[in-house]
Amino acid sequence: MTMSPHVILRVVSKVLIPFIVVFGFYVHFHGEYSPGGGFQAGVILASAVILYALIFGVDAARRAVPPAVVRVGFALGAMLYAGVGFATLLLGGDFLDYDVLHPDLSHHTGQHMGIILIEIGVLVTVTCVMIAIFYAFAGRTPEISEEDW
Amino acid sequence: MDASFLPAALAAHAPVLGVVVPLFMAAVLVAVPNGRFAWGVVLASTVFALFIAFELVAQTRLSGVVSYQLGGWAPPHGIEFRIDELNSVIVLLIGAMGVLSAIFALPSVADEISPGKRGLFYAAFLVCFSGLNGVALTGDAFNLFVFLEISSLGTYALVAMGHQNDRQALTASFNYLVMGTIGATFFVIGVGFLYMATGTLNMADIARIVVDMPGNRVVEIAFAFILVGVGLKAALFPLHLWLPSAYSFAPNFVTVFLATTATKVAFYVIIRFMFDVFDPQSAFVMMSLTWVVMPLAIAGMILASAQAIFQTDARRLLAYSSVAQVGYMMLGLGMGTAIGVSAGVLHLLNHALMKGALFMALGAFAYSYGVRRISDFRGLGQALPGVAAAFTIGALSLIGVPFTVGFVSKFYLVQAALANGWWWAVAAIVFSSVLAVFYVYRILVVMWVHPAPEGRERIRPVPLMILVPLWILVAANIYFGVHADFMVDLANAAAQAAINAEAGS
Repeated sequence: MTMSPHVILRVVSKVLIPFIVVFGFYVHFHGEYSPGGGFQAGVILASAVILYALIFGVDAARRAVPPAVVRVGFALGAMLYAGVGFATLLLGGDFLDYDVLHPDLSHHTGQHMGIILIEIGVLVTVTCVMIAIFYAFAGRTPEISEEDW
Repeated sequence: MDASFLPAALAAHAPVLGVVVPLFMAAVLVAVPNGRFAWGVVLASTVFALFIAFELVAQTRLSGVVSYQLGGWAPPHGIEFRIDELNSVIVLLIGAMGVLSAIFALPSVADEISPGKRGLFYAAFLVCFSGLNGVALTGDAFNLFVFLEISSLGTYALVAMGHQNDRQALTASFNYLVMGTIGATFFVIGVGFLYMATGTLNMADIARIVVDMPGNRVVEIAFAFILVGVGLKAALFPLHLWLPSAYSFAPNFVTVFLATTATKVAFYVIIRFMFDVFDPQSAFVMMSLTWVVMPLAIAGMILASAQAIFQTDARRLLAYSSVAQVGYMMLGLGMGTAIGVSAGVLHLLNHALMKGALFMALGAFAYSYGVRRISDFRGLGQALPGVAAAFTIGALSLIGVPFTVGFVSKFYLVQAALANGWWWAVAAIVFSSVLAVFYVYRILVVMWVHPAPEGRERIRPVPLMILVPLWILVAANIYFGVHADFMVDLANAAAQAAINAEAGS
């Protein structure tokens, strides 16, 4: 392979992307105790994919994160959120009453479980929706050719 | 009425299930976008929601107010779904219209939407449907905003799908998106002001606190923002500019559903805020009813009807007529009395019946002959006598001919106006009805009298899936026109709930 005109970008983003993903998960799982949570973390995770698409091309990103997976993903996230609600109904509580998820009421274990589960749902949906929006816009114009950089 | 209409386990959670089940199913449809399967899911979800609605009507009849707390957090801090006889009627309307338009959808959507898009199209419909249910059921002002946006986002996508017939649907949808978003923003600004003044978002709680704040400028500004914001969504004249294009370029199925539910739900929000959340006895609300709502209602009734006369597209004509009909409903509210509100709610229900029938008939014409312009309707009376007759009955109901629902609601509206001594409002109702005769006459005469053009081919016969919901609506137009008690009863109970909730709580 000949020397690419933006080799630095490629190398740097290759290094950065794993850290972006880890930071996303940090924001997500720390969201229970500090600012953060599924929405913010979802955008950060999606930005890793979007950065990948910007540097290596939308086609490469589509191979790494196929649009079909994205579409199913954003449905699954919403279903997980609503599913937690249905689970609490089946366990005899009100909709999204996390207390019924776990018998240990003194430590609010049920509340922790419920929040983490629905936040995962939010995370998956937000990540996938952000990527889907990016794919939809990126798919409308031909990619910038190497010479136009 | 039987209280345990559904199994007890379902009945106890009915409020939340009516919203969550369609929303969950929308997610399922996104994951499995298959047109046929999607239609089955839509039909099942709407039927389920209709059962929930029956259950809620029965429960509110029995116990007045049904309150459901989400997540076990007690109101006013947690989100509450609060159902009384006003919103249970609205949920019933959404459910019934959802089922009828879902039946209508199978042939109509197959005709208008390409196969690859149908699954996601139905998913967008379910999002809209559950959002409307949510708006109607929630007792939390901010939650209401969220559901308003959920339903609107679904609606924008649905309207834009009309682009497979006519690219103008895209601009129509974009216009609707911009104006709808402005409306939602105004609403949320108003809710923000209310929160600033009262420190709560629970609507019943706001109502309790606001009564003791007469003349508070923040509350008054909140009221103004909310009225304008929701007025945009309800297509209150002169905020109706998005409506004619949205209705005339959307797929037929979408127009049928939106015309019968979306603006009605926004109208419900106006009733809820004007008479329940805010204090209708306060000078500010009273004055805006008399000097803002009533004049705009009458202006809408007359100007929009006059505009309808000059339309060339049949659905656009009916869309302008819808704006005029919103004027009738707002006039009922503007009177500020229980019978006025009751007449407004009655007209809301009846208008859904007539516009549902009319738009379905137009959908049948489009399906069978591919005609949309009034001038192309020549000879349809001979070609499709059944559908043309259904359209005619719906049109007569729209004018307000006796033995139709249109007459009943106009009768109660006139009575309410006379009780206030508003003879000019009666004159406006009559004048607007005369204008309705003109615009309806334009379609009817082309349809029945003018001969069919040479060489027009029927594309295909009208299927039962269109005829059945159409005739159910037409039959309802006549049945409830003769036996008005049921609807009047619902409307009276709704008006009582709206007006008394603020005094009782």
